[in-house]
Amino acid sequence: MAEEVKLFRNWSSPFALRIVWALKLKGIEYETILEDLQNKSSLLLQYNPVHKKVPVLLHNGKPILESLVILEYIEETWKQHPLLPEDPFEKATARFWARFNDEELLPSIRDASTKQGKEQEEAIVQVEENLKYVEEKLKGNVFFGGETIGYLDLAFGWLANLVSVLEEVTGLSLTASGKFPLLSAWMQNFSDAPVIKECWPPRDKLIIKYQAMIEKYTAVAAPK
Amino acid sequence: MSTSDVKLLGGWPSPFVMRARIALNIKSVDYEFLQEKVGEKSELLLKSNPVYKKIPVLIHADKPICESLIIVQYIDEVWTSGPSILPSDPYDRAIARFWAAYIDDKWFPSVRGIALIAEGDEEKKEAVQEVATGLELLEDAFPKCNKGGNFFGGERIGYLDIALGCFLAWLRVTEKLNNVKLLDEAKTPNLCKWAESFCSDAAVKDVMPETDKLLGFAKVLMARFKAPPAN
Repeated sequence: MAEEVKLFRNWSSPFALRIVWALKLKGIEYETILEDLQNKSSLLLQYNPVHKKVPVLLHNGKPILESLVILEYIEETWKQHPLLPEDPFEKATARFWARFNDEELLPSIRDASTKQGKEQEEAIVQVEENLKYVEEKLKGNVFFGGETIGYLDLAFGWLANLVSVLEEVTGLSLTASGKFPLLSAWMQNFSDAPVIKECWPPRDKLIIKYQAMIEKYTAVAAPK
Repeated sequence: MSTSDVKLLGGWPSPFVMRARIALNIKSVDYEFLQEKVGEKSELLLKSNPVYKKIPVLIHADKPICESLIIVQYIDEVWTSGPSILPSDPYDRAIARFWAAYIDDKWFPSVRGIALIAEGDEEKKEAVQEVATGLELLEDAFPKCNKGGNFFGGERIGYLDIALGCFLAWLRVTEKLNNVKLLDEAKTPNLCKWAESFCSDAAVKDVMPETDKLLGFAKVLMARFKAPPAN
């Protein structure tokens, strides 16, 4: 039966990249629909009226939304190259840390990069606390998934892509300080994996994008 | 499996804790309910959930599982002889997970927002509208999920029913405290009917707090927030 798999994404969204990686790891053929988020297509708005965001996975015409939900859908639909552990406790643990990334780690790094003064200092402290947890999770493992890349690597994967970009643009030292050796090693191993390497958004474009974003935040936060 | 093999750290007023209790009830799992004292966190809680220090925490064979929706999925995956909580079809599961995430990330914060907004009428109206819009989306989603049954999960309560239904008592309390109507039969008839079915379900009845009891609790909590900090 011919499967129709389409992915709505833009060139840089870390959430959409998770889906690209998952589809490639499982060897699933799919069509990419590149969105310009400043000018969203009517199809995207039709498939994701609630959030109007990427990624959207379309499978045989049916839309699946929210990157972590999409990852679970892909895992349950295509059984090759499992991404999640089988054991329910290990699975619950992976899901917990993926949520932690989305609810705590990512926002803290965003805040550390975009806020000023005392707020920024507090955010940096929070980032360090959060990264300590992540470092702990890597003890005894090459990847969060164990010997191979799994769901949690895909959830944290954006770090391998964007942390160095943010450090370059802001001058902050998040992991460059060497405080998190396991995490730094993981970022290298993850980036070097063939499936991941071939999907990295161009670094120079990312630098420009995040430079602009941070300038915008800094301008907005100018003295009240 | 002895009762002490399964422990739930929580409190009777918490809708998040209720999710875990409903799931355990669906699977007929005996458990020890360890209620936290309001305003204090036990050693066990701090040890079991060092990251968030929040309830609920399910402790199964000494292993802690945190985050209510993750706990519900864990319960579904471990106790497979009981009725299923998540739908069996991957697409239906994705829909249920999507709406549950929406409820936690967008909708319930807007409900909580109503109580936190001080008396300025305009802002409260906006907050109420936000809650109403969310309910209308869920009202729309209901016939797409229920497959003719009384619940989002179909014939029996399932993941999305639990995700939303746990807030019904707090919704009523918010209505009373703020003199607003949130669940409106004129606007969301499906949800109103569903709410009745949900609250009378065997797995829910005994763990859904009575509105008046919860109202009393909410008032005490609000007074605490207004009182000067203890330390």
